[in-house]
Amino acid sequence: MKTVRLSLIGFGAVGQGVAQAILQKKEILKGQGIDLCVVGISDSKGSEINARGIDLKSALLRKKQKGTVAKSNDSAFDIIRNVEHEIVVEATPTNIKNGEPGLSNMSAAFNSGRHVVTSNKGPLALCFSQLKEAAEDNGVFFRYEATVGGAVPIFNLIHESLAGNRVIGIEGILNGTTNYILTRMEQERLPYELVLKEAQELGIAETDPTYDVEGIDSACKLVILANSVFGQAATYRDVEVTGITKITPEALELASKNNYVVKLICEAGNGTLTVAPRLVPKKHPLAVGGTLNVASILTDLAGRITISGKGAGSIETASSILSDILYIARNS
Amino acid sequence: MIVSMTLELKDIPGQLVLALAPISELHGNIMSVVHQHEEKTPRGTIPVQVTFEIDQGVLDELIEKLEKSGVGVARVGEERLRSSVSVVLIGHIIHSDIGDTIDRIDKTGFAEVVDLSLSMPAIEKTSSAYLVINAEGENELKNALEILREVAIKKDLLMIEPIRLNSEAA
Repeated sequence: MKTVRLSLIGFGAVGQGVAQAILQKKEILKGQGIDLCVVGISDSKGSEINARGIDLKSALLRKKQKGTVAKSNDSAFDIIRNVEHEIVVEATPTNIKNGEPGLSNMSAAFNSGRHVVTSNKGPLALCFSQLKEAAEDNGVFFRYEATVGGAVPIFNLIHESLAGNRVIGIEGILNGTTNYILTRMEQERLPYELVLKEAQELGIAETDPTYDVEGIDSACKLVILANSVFGQAATYRDVEVTGITKITPEALELASKNNYVVKLICEAGNGTLTVAPRLVPKKHPLAVGGTLNVASILTDLAGRITISGKGAGSIETASSILSDILYIARNS
Repeated sequence: MIVSMTLELKDIPGQLVLALAPISELHGNIMSVVHQHEEKTPRGTIPVQVTFEIDQGVLDELIEKLEKSGVGVARVGEERLRSSVSVVLIGHIIHSDIGDTIDRIDKTGFAEVVDLSLSMPAIEKTSSAYLVINAEGENELKNALEILREVAIKKDLLMIEPIRLNSEAA
């Protein structure tokens, strides 16, 4: 049995999803020879630390009842630096301005010789190459499947399954909120403002929808994708971004009459990075509706490969994080 | 020149080869053949649309050859604008002079706006338009799109273009 010790830094929707997924899969994984043991959890109010393994069920319950997992005042840094473990799961909220607190957490983890698995886009959209170098310098893994496309295993697909291929370009829908809004506007012929309100009521759009509807979230994901796949050193500022706020139901109707749907498409290839509304033929594999995410990867050997699935959600994102954790567990 | 022909074939075996052979014999380059076997004409013949590149000087000879072998030539047309793209524009399309917007494409000589649908929900609200632009070839089409992009920026219109990877040959 191989015991792999983890810390969960950030215990919001994603962190809790990871805890649930580990709970749910613990026995099955033991059957495969891997024992995942969470030794530290921290949220914005404090931490729980237990070198012999935290009882995840009671940690989840305490978070639900008290709003925090905290049993002590130890900080995320205290856990990352001082508690013996192998993998830091960094799941604090995305901050696109300076990447904090994720950026410092990841740096601290690398400097302490720990692998990092993350769902946090901010640090990767701003400082991808620095983080990658820091991981390499310290001889540890840096995995970030959950940062792009939620449950959709896009990095695994490109780096593992399509190994040996040259990626010519990538096109995709990497934001479920805008996809939902555009799909509803087209189906119901409703104006943007109304559908946005509906999406907010359903919890699909946030109270401040700017990140999503102005294409910022999509642009961050595109940057991470381009850096990871093309070895670029792009940042969020290198993306040409157009959002969806000006789109009218009439435009969607005109497009529909001519067998097109309008989607907020992320596009990487020929050295340019673009996020913009685009016409997609209705029968094209990129024309997925609802909150789905999709990516079409054009390669030299395999041709076009298209992958689609749930782009958000606590347990769906946890699926990608768990897969990264297991990759490290099996390969370290 | 690029020619598009509608031919009418008898509903017996071997007719398609009979229709295509003279094009090859006269060094024509066949680009597409659409054979609609289930859509008969009132005359009981089967229509076939053929597009091919051929020297203008041998076109009459070709038509003569086809008719001599019993293939009906129902229509002959020159295909000048072969490439096509759809775009959607959103904004104050009318008040920013739609006529001028179209002119900018048409006066290039290599591209034309061939279709336009407009939707204007109310005064003061932004309108939306669906345009089809045809051009002589893919490069001319790219140039026409570049011109339209510049016009859209100047007139503060949102221009929605088709996805790109899909249209570019891999």
